[in-house]
Amino acid sequence: MNVIVEREKGPLQELEARIAALRERETGDSSDLRDLEEKYRILLADLFGNLTPWERVNMARHPKRPFAGDYVDALDQFDELHGDRHLRDDRALVGGLAKLRGRRVVVLAQQKGRDTKENIRRNFGMVSPEGYRKAKRLMEFASRFGLPIVTFVDTSGADPGIASEEHAQSEAIASCLVALSKVGVPVVATIVGEGGSGGALAIALADRVIMAENAVYSVASPEGCAAILWGDAARAPEAAERLKLTSADLIGFGIVDRAIEEPLGGAHRDAPAFVARVLDAIDQELRVLEPRKSNELRDARYEKFRRIGAWENESRARLATALT
Amino acid sequence: MAIPDWLRRLRDRDVSAEDAALWTKCPSCGEMLYRKDLEANLSVCTKCNHHFRMSAYDRINTLVDGDFVEIGMEFLPGDPLGWVDKRSYPEKLEADRLKSNLTEAVVTGFATLDGFPVALGVMDFSFRGGTMGTVVGERITNLLEEARKRKLPCIVFTASGGARMEEGMLALMQMAKTTQAVERFMSDGNLFVTVLTDPTTGGVSASFAFQSDLIVGEARASIGFAGRRVIEQTLRQKLPDNFQTAEFLLEKGHIDMVVTRAELRATLVRLLDYAVDRKRVAPALKAVPEFAL
Ligand SMILES: [Zn+2]
Repeated sequence: MNVIVEREKGPLQELEARIAALRERETGDSSDLRDLEEKYRILLADLFGNLTPWERVNMARHPKRPFAGDYVDALDQFDELHGDRHLRDDRALVGGLAKLRGRRVVVLAQQKGRDTKENIRRNFGMVSPEGYRKAKRLMEFASRFGLPIVTFVDTSGADPGIASEEHAQSEAIASCLVALSKVGVPVVATIVGEGGSGGALAIALADRVIMAENAVYSVASPEGCAAILWGDAARAPEAAERLKLTSADLIGFGIVDRAIEEPLGGAHRDAPAFVARVLDAIDQELRVLEPRKSNELRDARYEKFRRIGAWENESRARLATALT
Repeated sequence: MAIPDWLRRLRDRDVSAEDAALWTKCPSCGEMLYRKDLEANLSVCTKCNHHFRMSAYDRINTLVDGDFVEIGMEFLPGDPLGWVDKRSYPEKLEADRLKSNLTEAVVTGFATLDGFPVALGVMDFSFRGGTMGTVVGERITNLLEEARKRKLPCIVFTASGGARMEEGMLALMQMAKTTQAVERFMSDGNLFVTVLTDPTTGGVSASFAFQSDLIVGEARASIGFAGRRVIEQTLRQKLPDNFQTAEFLLEKGHIDMVVTRAELRATLVRLLDYAVDRKRVAPALKAVPEFAL
């Protein structure tokens, strides 16, 4: 059960229906319509104005949310490239060549499905080793041809199935991280929905990390964290609170560089405009990165992650107090 | 024949009460093992060959020639998220410090193995389940950077339940940090060897553990990306006993070799001998001030 979807039912839905009906009947301006629209805005602010971390988790998982594929569809041009050249084509990770605001890029996107059938095809957006190996090959291609890498992250985590273990999921994720450490081209990652653990990071070791305001990015899913720590996945809302997984938290830690504000009530309330704003932001970041030389990019990327959790000064102080 | 109650009481008291500290029960075969014998046998069951988990310093003692110069002790855990559940994160850390005599889940430093100078990192499951937080990431990265400066080979023993929940995303980012450090280290032509011990999973498994030149699995170690319980719960089925064992991974082609603990040191020395010029690395340790060769 999605708490945001539940909240959208009832009064909000009624109001939406009344507004739609009135719009159909009326032409020109009507005070009735304006009143209703004002009421609607107030209700929206009331319902979604101040979201808790758990509510944002649900927003990030909203079935109507723009998915990675919606961003890919909004690019100037896209040609999908399939397969890991060994075993199969993993449809949870879409990759290919594209043009973004006129420039050539390599795109990697974690794709969920909107319905059961699509979700089975996409494995609920959980990427298997074959998907990561496809990603790795495209990263290396991008580096060879000087194409920036643009990734869209939306996964609850890497696939935890038997076949994935048999096909070395760990090695596949590690090899993506290695590939992104090496590439001499700009890398911009955008967390559009769920950024679940190592499965998300595998395509997000980037020069710039952008996050949709209501997206979440977490060391483990709240359910997984609650199960690991407390043996009770039902305590996920509590875990969400503690994990500091919102865009605001992560900007504070220096893990995310930039958040893109969503319409009140979530990105799905005005998806095309939101998608365009995200692509604009990626475009801006790429403009800054593109003039840089390969070595500069690599060194800056190294330093960016090297700094995270470098406790030296603080911990030296702690050591001093611990020893006295 | 039923054992009389008085005899049962006497026998139970003998093994489990006063002498409990002296004896350990093998979880695999049930044999009662005299602790000193067990230690003398590298913490391997003398009856069934079960490999007990080893503390980092015990492990180091079984490997190095003489001195071990520890580095990275100055990196100590803080509480970046202000985490509290049943206990606060600092309280959990303090409890593990007392239990394990460690300041974090990895010990790093320099030593020689049969004369080969090496940078050595050893993880320890008894501190927060060997989970990787900022300090584990920092110590591993620091080790690789120091080894790179000195062109020393690096060996890391992994033992980890994955990323540390209580440090949230800062913990996850250590995968990126360590991976980049390994990449730089290896690109310079230095040898990186990982020894995967029980258990190696999650964020450690999906970063530096599987990124090395040579991957050695310790016999019977459990190794995988997703935890066994997670997979069983997701699929609602029991997994075969050998699933995610070092032996299983060898069969699937994920690791170079499976080695028993008794053979581990000799094996590592042979691997170093193939890839490393003993004469070239020998002067390197002189650059470590505290190191007396
Ligand atoms: Zn035994």
